[in-house]
Amino acid sequence: MGMITNVTSFGRSGLSDWILQRATAVVMTVYTVFITVYLLTNPDMDYGQWLALNSHICMKVLNVLTVVSIAIHAWIGLWAVLTDYVTVRLLGPKATPLRIFFQLGMITINLVYLIWALDIVWGI
Amino acid sequence: MNKKRPVNLDIGTIQLPITSYVSILHRVSGVVLFAAIAVFLWVLDASLSSEESFNAIKECIESTFFQLIIWASLAALAYHLVAGVRHLVMDFGVGETLEGGRLGAMIVLIAAAVLIVLAGVWVWA
Repeated sequence: MGMITNVTSFGRSGLSDWILQRATAVVMTVYTVFITVYLLTNPDMDYGQWLALNSHICMKVLNVLTVVSIAIHAWIGLWAVLTDYVTVRLLGPKATPLRIFFQLGMITINLVYLIWALDIVWGI
Repeated sequence: MNKKRPVNLDIGTIQLPITSYVSILHRVSGVVLFAAIAVFLWVLDASLSSEESFNAIKECIESTFFQLIIWASLAALAYHLVAGVRHLVMDFGVGETLEGGRLGAMIVLIAAAVLIVLAGVWVWA
């Protein structure tokens, strides 16, 4: 197919990015609601309880799914923002190299976050 | 290609409806959250490293400076989550009309405002 793709988008297609943005949003919402309810119902939580929760295999899986979801979701979202606003029409001819710079920076920070997060949640 | 061709929708020259503000705030809160991830990971890392660092970070985030940062981060999260749920609801064909879009946008603003106030109560109470 002669579909136009963009080398810096996450899934290389709009439909792929669209469905991934929603699937990752659902995962992050499950995590956010669960952790919020847990922290609200355990106001005097100590280190041992917090460690036990995050050491449980179900929580470790949710933690990994969540941090991977954050990386994908942020990549797709920031790609949309950068390609909408850092454009030649809005900023002139320097916009293209500037956008590539921000996109690569965004991808790098995302990968740093992901590796750091995986080290935290899986290394327990 | 003519570089000076007219742009069909030049958002800089038109008055924005409520749905536009909800959409722009969704993007702004998303960018804010990208920075907030660093804070969340730093706190998570410290909270799980050892009992000493757990107690130290607990004390640290009870300072006014960090309370403000955490509340701002939670505010961005609350808004972004609620506005995101609206997208999911609209994906199922609910609230896609002009009036439905306006009502949905209003609901997002009100629900987010309530959650942001509650987040403040959680941080400071």
